[in-house]
Amino acid sequence: MSGRHGIQKSRWLPAYVTAYLAFLYLPILLLPIFSFNNAASTTFPLAGFTTKWYASLWGNTVMLEAARNSLIVGITVSILSTGLAICAARAVTRYKFRGQRAATGLLMAPLFLPEIIVAVSLLMIVLQLGIELSLATVILGQTVFCLPYALTVLISGFDGFDRSLEEASLDLGETAFGTFRRVTLPVVAPAIISSLLVSFTISLDEFILAFFLSGTEPTLPVYIWGQLRFAAKLPSVLALGSIMIALSIILVTSAEILRRRAEHRLKAGAAAHG
Amino acid sequence: MVALPGTAQTEINVPPAAGRRWASSDEANGLTLISPTLLYALALLFLPVLIVIAYSFWSQDYLTIDRSFTLENYRVALTEPIYRDLLWRSLTISLAVSVITVACSYPVAWFISFHGGVHKNLWLFLITVPCWTSYLLRVMSWKVILGYQGVLNTGLMSTGLIDKPVTTLLYNSNAVIITLVHSWAAFAILPIYVSLEKIDRSLIEAAHDLGDNKFWSFLRVTLPLSLPGIVSAFLIVMIPTVGDYVTPKLVGGKDGVMIATAIQAQFGKGANWPLGAALSVTTMVVVSAMAGLTVLVLKLFVRRIR
Repeated sequence: MSGRHGIQKSRWLPAYVTAYLAFLYLPILLLPIFSFNNAASTTFPLAGFTTKWYASLWGNTVMLEAARNSLIVGITVSILSTGLAICAARAVTRYKFRGQRAATGLLMAPLFLPEIIVAVSLLMIVLQLGIELSLATVILGQTVFCLPYALTVLISGFDGFDRSLEEASLDLGETAFGTFRRVTLPVVAPAIISSLLVSFTISLDEFILAFFLSGTEPTLPVYIWGQLRFAAKLPSVLALGSIMIALSIILVTSAEILRRRAEHRLKAGAAAHG
Repeated sequence: MVALPGTAQTEINVPPAAGRRWASSDEANGLTLISPTLLYALALLFLPVLIVIAYSFWSQDYLTIDRSFTLENYRVALTEPIYRDLLWRSLTISLAVSVITVACSYPVAWFISFHGGVHKNLWLFLITVPCWTSYLLRVMSWKVILGYQGVLNTGLMSTGLIDKPVTTLLYNSNAVIITLVHSWAAFAILPIYVSLEKIDRSLIEAAHDLGDNKFWSFLRVTLPLSLPGIVSAFLIVMIPTVGDYVTPKLVGGKDGVMIATAIQAQFGKGANWPLGAALSVTTMVVVSAMAGLTVLVLKLFVRRIR
């Protein structure tokens, strides 16, 4: 890469990138640090190690209820958005049709819209139809919001899929369903699971839509928002937040590992075939 | 998903002549397959936005909605000092955030693309991990960092660099900008990285061979070719940040309130949906115009130096 001229490494650039990474990680590393701090305030120097803030979470029934809500919403949203994105990703990668760009544009739109406008417009239509705000309305809204991410993951997973494998299987007498189960699914499965994990993570952390659409059933971020008014509650919020951050990181790391495995598989498949 | 193998089979089994019929064409298959997703997005994204637009031309009559056409909401949104100021501040903040984010992210994307070596994917992953964690929690963390009794102040005091807490860190628009720049970093790096990856490296070498030094070859070759990435980075940061709700609420204080707070108020106790709708539409239109203008300026600038 260090070509004949020009594209040489400068000395300050790696330092800059390191500083940038530190800036990115600073906030998400500080929460866990203070969640183990034996003081109700977030000040330096640290006051000693404790796990009491984590212990206090166990008896907190309101928080556990919110966690249960988040789990229900997260699982439903990830299945719904991945299911819908599978149809769209397959249609886009497999067929050419008029309006394809417009359709993809609409599905990707939530990425380019202020979230508050998506939330407000959904709130209006839901109340207009006389539907009561509940976890169901949160699920409907978050599914739209997760679609662009699920779609991106799945399109890249389906893109390299070799169609002749399916044709060969059909020619050899396998049924359509058998072909799907034994040929298509094993190749695209990692992308699908990766999409499920990514959508679950987004749903778990999503606040604005849940805030507007959840009514009296808070998800975890909405619960945290309510706790932020009370300074005394901060340490247990830090503990809860640290658990959520750890969970998000584990989920996206698994998604990334799966995505790479899928990529390798596609490459290997293409190499064997060609 | 069960429908998928079925469509595959019809396509393969129809004789070529019959295959020309639209019903079994690529087009029909594609549209059938995408229709559930598309209908969902039309019902829960497109339709709601149309309703917001419709509402913005109606008016609130105590508890009922008067559906006769009026531009009164837009007059209020654009001329009332509170809304005008909030909109103006939101635009300034989102412009500042997008410029800073893109400028700070470009070198990182450049580094990964040109010097990432075999670990490019790992680098990208490291950059995106923080952005997958809860946005609300990250904003809360900035509040903890920048607060009066916060990490930065108490940290600096314990090292003896300052002897009184600095009060200007939190509850102003700078705090909002820092927090938003942090939130949107990965969204700016990824598109820039993608466009840098597409650049044919021999073009840069050619520029050197033709006598351009490092600086000029960057300005005349790399920068113009990565423009599509810069443009999408701008759009993906600028438009959503203008309507940010959490950051101004948590770290903005009085000085950092943005338009989303006003929009939210119209749907809460203040209950004036048409005005809230008009504020939303105005914000979208104005920020799109600003984004378009920024893209135009960027393109002109690049054409000039080329």
